[in-house]
Amino acid sequence: MSLAHRIIPCLDTDGARVVKGVNFVGLRDAGDPVALAARYNAEGADELVVLDIAASRDHRPTFLETIRRVAAELAIPLTAGGGIRTLDDARAVVRAGADKVTVNTAAVARPELISELSREFGAQAVVLAIDAKRLNNHWDVMIRGGRESANRDALAWAQQGVELGAGEILLTSVDRDGTQLGFETPLTSAISRAVSVPVIASGGAKLPEHFAEVFSEGAADAALAASIFHDNVQSIRELKQFLSARNIEVRLPC
Amino acid sequence: MKVTLIDYGAGNVTSVERALHRLGAASQRSHSPECIAKAEALLLPGVGHYATLIRALDERALRTPLLDAIQRGVPFLGVCLGLQALYEASAEAPELSGLELFPGSVRSLPSTVKLPHMGWNRVKLSRPSRLLDGISPDAYFYFAHSFAATSTTGEAAALCNHGADFAAVIEKQNIFGVQFHPEKSGDAGAKLLQNFLRLAA
Repeated sequence: MSLAHRIIPCLDTDGARVVKGVNFVGLRDAGDPVALAARYNAEGADELVVLDIAASRDHRPTFLETIRRVAAELAIPLTAGGGIRTLDDARAVVRAGADKVTVNTAAVARPELISELSREFGAQAVVLAIDAKRLNNHWDVMIRGGRESANRDALAWAQQGVELGAGEILLTSVDRDGTQLGFETPLTSAISRAVSVPVIASGGAKLPEHFAEVFSEGAADAALAASIFHDNVQSIRELKQFLSARNIEVRLPC
Repeated sequence: MKVTLIDYGAGNVTSVERALHRLGAASQRSHSPECIAKAEALLLPGVGHYATLIRALDERALRTPLLDAIQRGVPFLGVCLGLQALYEASAEAPELSGLELFPGSVRSLPSTVKLPHMGWNRVKLSRPSRLLDGISPDAYFYFAHSFAATSTTGEAAALCNHGADFAAVIEKQNIFGVQFHPEKSGDAGAKLLQNFLRLAA
């Protein structure tokens, strides 16, 4: 009896529609978030993440409405984020139906935001999203959608985030994101072994073997992917059957 | 029969409401002592900090009507923090008293494992359970917590393990509690809520 490794589809949205791009640029439309959410809920996804990658103030009401409509489809947990800068932003997202919120750039700018959210919602509802990019012999934290360096070591930032009250780390490899070359296992392993909270690996997934590797060698607690699920390159059901056959514990849909 | 959801200002009320709605059950949110006293069935959802829940119950004067209703036999289901509230106390806020309907206290899970205990896990039946009736023993449920009832696992209907055994399902007469989130646990969670609704009808 132990925790199942989670498979988490991610919906990157412009507020209303799912969009996709490579290395955070060149976005194109990838579908209706509500329809995708319903599909993943039925296919055995363990959680769903919805991000507002435009994260502009103007889009906010649209994004909150998207969260409401997506949450209505789900009998699994929902994480939402993108552009959360204040406790009030997070409250709005939780009220709309999110179980957890992710913070990224705003937490780098003002780390106390993590503690404020953790006090209000509990650590289990606060996900620190870290976009990491290899720089010489370490990983640098990137902000503003992966475009700008925060001049901060990803491992140290993950540990600080946990101390401040984050209950989970959503770790994206900026180098691998959108490449479908596989997760950056050394990065995932380094962070996962350095923190006391669960780590979600993200960026670069395509093949079932990529997931098996990041769960075993990468010590990831969960793995996130977007376009391979949206485009039916990989079905969640078959992915889980593959992992189960490799003795990696997953929740198989019945 | 209508389920009264105790809405103490924080927590997963909306998710639980949606899950009940999907099962065709009627529900209402309330934080008024009068409504809770008159409830036909009670559900206490809850996520976050133990102190927030217990303080809200006392500040809104809900403790007495809630205990009276449970005493009269009104079916009660506590979810996550709602289960933890049923014990005598919690190490998360040792200065506060729980509802004291089950003996023992809530403690932190050991730091030898990753905390929070977050994700899908299975439970092991210790005795026949009305809530788990008809649910596969291999079913997974969604957990998201760092504290748990590890001290009096002998009372539990089903246990889970994450660094230590803890009570995952408790039931005694009309009082039920689950440490996981049935409202977020897919088909297995829906079936458990349906069992509670049937027991409450």
